[in-house]
Amino acid sequence: MIAFAVPAPVLSVRDLRIAFGDVEAVHGLSFDIHRGETLALVGESGSGKSATALSILRLVEREGGRIIGGSVRLGETDPLEVTRLASAALRDLRGGRIAMIFQEPMTSLNPVMTIGAQMGETLALHRGLRGGAAREAARAALDRVKIPEPERRLDQYPHELSGGLRQRVMIAMALSCEPEVLIADEPTTALDVTTQAEILKLIAGLQRELGMAVLFITHDLGVISEIADRVVVMKNGEKIEEGRTSEIFSAPRAAYTAELMAASPRLGEGAPAPLTAPAPVLKVTGLTTRFGGGMFARHAATVAVNDVSIVLGRGETLGLVGESGCGKSTLARSIMRLVEPAAGEVELLGTRIDTLAPSALKPHRARMQMVFQDPYASLNPRMSVRDAVTEPAILHGIVTPRDRSELAARLLERVGLPAEVAERYPHQFSGGQRQRICIARALSVRPQIIVADEAVSALDVSNARRITDLMAEIQRRDAVSFLFISHDIAVVERVSHRIAVMHQGKIVETGPTETVLRNPQHPYTKRLIAAVPRFGGSGDRQPEPFVQVELA
Amino acid sequence: MTIAADPAFAAERRRKPRRADPIQKVAIGIAALLAASALLAPLIAPYDPLAQSLLSRLRPPIGFERFAAGHFAGTDELGRDVLSRSLHGLRLTLALAFAGAVIGLLIGGALGLIAGLRRGWVEDTIMALVDMQIAIPFTLVALLVLSLMGSSLTVLVLVLGIAGWEQYARIVRAEARRLSVQPFLEAARTAGAGPVYTAVRHILPNLVSPLVVQFTLALSNIVILESTLSFLGLGVQPPQPSLGSMVGLGRDYMPTAPWIVLAPAALIVALTFSVQILGDWLRDRADVRLRDR
Repeated sequence: MIAFAVPAPVLSVRDLRIAFGDVEAVHGLSFDIHRGETLALVGESGSGKSATALSILRLVEREGGRIIGGSVRLGETDPLEVTRLASAALRDLRGGRIAMIFQEPMTSLNPVMTIGAQMGETLALHRGLRGGAAREAARAALDRVKIPEPERRLDQYPHELSGGLRQRVMIAMALSCEPEVLIADEPTTALDVTTQAEILKLIAGLQRELGMAVLFITHDLGVISEIADRVVVMKNGEKIEEGRTSEIFSAPRAAYTAELMAASPRLGEGAPAPLTAPAPVLKVTGLTTRFGGGMFARHAATVAVNDVSIVLGRGETLGLVGESGCGKSTLARSIMRLVEPAAGEVELLGTRIDTLAPSALKPHRARMQMVFQDPYASLNPRMSVRDAVTEPAILHGIVTPRDRSELAARLLERVGLPAEVAERYPHQFSGGQRQRICIARALSVRPQIIVADEAVSALDVSNARRITDLMAEIQRRDAVSFLFISHDIAVVERVSHRIAVMHQGKIVETGPTETVLRNPQHPYTKRLIAAVPRFGGSGDRQPEPFVQVELA
Repeated sequence: MTIAADPAFAAERRRKPRRADPIQKVAIGIAALLAASALLAPLIAPYDPLAQSLLSRLRPPIGFERFAAGHFAGTDELGRDVLSRSLHGLRLTLALAFAGAVIGLLIGGALGLIAGLRRGWVEDTIMALVDMQIAIPFTLVALLVLSLMGSSLTVLVLVLGIAGWEQYARIVRAEARRLSVQPFLEAARTAGAGPVYTAVRHILPNLVSPLVVQFTLALSNIVILESTLSFLGLGVQPPQPSLGSMVGLGRDYMPTAPWIVLAPAALIVALTFSVQILGDWLRDRADVRLRDR
């Protein structure tokens, strides 16, 4: 007789409930992960996905949460109930049987310890290795994650490594004790697309090699389709849908999943058609910005922006793409005169602004406003929303202090927030709402140009979609021009009429969005486009079967 | 709003202090009592603090043998009422400490803000002054100044004010430097805000919490410094009472008449303790992120 025996899962979460204070964040979540399987937990920020991950390691208690119900069982045979473990047993579990990698590789590594010393710590704790043996094991672990020159890395400090290398070190540390389960909490969100592609490939390869179960937490559907066998979609602490990746992508059952997929930018969705000869509002010619150098500097100056020329037309969105460190933010800041360019011209509506004195520059500032990446840091925590959104208008004398509240209400409604929130403070809003407040602030002086520097990068897909939709609507109504800076080509494609690709301080390619993306000329552009994770119903990844056929 | 479901938001809400906790209530009560006593000292003190009564010298407080009627906290070596002297001493000490802490706040705050925002040689000069102030034991400087200038109340207030300015300057400079690279300041700059506007409107409100804490620390330190100087005979001059001078003059009588020292010493302890707790409470109150909606 032939029977299908489903092997026991490595990790089994049943009816998990987590609360922060009096607020229940996760309401009865259940899922299983088997050996060699990758399960993706997807959802917006605040959906409880990170709280779930932290609960599996019982780290959620340190973040002020607690597990108020349900069970977390680890192990195929003789499962261990994690929710009832004492702290000594938990320490053995963490890093030993379950390992975790985090989003921000810089803050997850101790800046004053060498890589070798940090890896040695884990090895000493869980495998009892010390001295030469520990060093050899650490070197082997670095070798496994394909870090070039592993011997030299052991004596380096975290700041000496790039973001991608740091994340590799984190993975090496997590895997050094060959855990049964690897939890990866947005491990590639802070990385560039090309680096992301490498890290995803690495995790998938290691998983096959070691047969671990991987719980992958992300809000990026593209990443999921690259790596996951099965997907659990979460919203407001509840499981909305669960299924095989290809099934979820080809036929989502829940409306929310479909919504999430619609919100996710995918490359090749089509871009706004280029405008025909729009009147130029911003003309940048030969702009160069350097850092450091000077008479007494020990190092030569770094050229962050190198001879860049761009033109922005009225009502047009120019997308500026490039990896972190390519100089795109410095370019924006040079245009805004937040840093002083070393050479070149910036012409705003027919006036050269790069040479103006601060007082002469002030009236021109009203014509060009900026929205920043981090919605948490770009609002003064001690300033009410009313004062924040009307601040530029007050500075330019557009509104009298008496009419401030009225203008604030109008601006908030313009960006889709209720007028009553004006009296609140920034900490009472979510990231997406804060970014709306930042846009309202930019709009208060009726600018003709808005420079959006990674304005949606810190937001999850649904919020990012709402913000880009809002920008498009503002553009249609008021013919505002946008300089849209992002490392995410898919988002840039969605909003930009034209695109400029920046690499090592230079614009390597520019043209209408469709043309550049369909037929990239520069090798860097080609590499960038190839690295973008794609998703769709086709099921690019062939999942490893985990159901074994057994003769009974 | 969906923000209530955000775990980060929930965690933030958990930290919110639900008004004052019991210890804070006690401390606020003590501080209020001390402030009221200091303000009303001339009215509530039972005797003239300077009036001597040689016939009832060194009488113990109420409940002891040889207690002199009316002198609840006893009398000192010249027969002056300890309670009245303590109340007047508290009044003077508190006034000196407050004035000193405010002077320190103004000097240190202004210099720290300039150092943090201007950078360059301005910052280097100010920070060199701070380093000098830290390197030289201030009690020595105070001794020198007071012995050269003579010990008038004006000189004393100035000396006490200068005593703590460098701490304010260091805190304000560090905060200003940290804040000046925050995107919200860049946003203000791109909106056309000048340096004075950003300093007043953006940086100062964010400095309230650390400054309140530093102010209360300075207040306690100055009370103790004033006591030290008065103890050494360079602070408040007899016969005028301050808490420190009372402790200083009373030490000769410690074995026989400990109450002369005990009353002002207890007030110093109560004052510094309650001011510290009050500072933490005020800091939380000043933070909009912790305020009730």
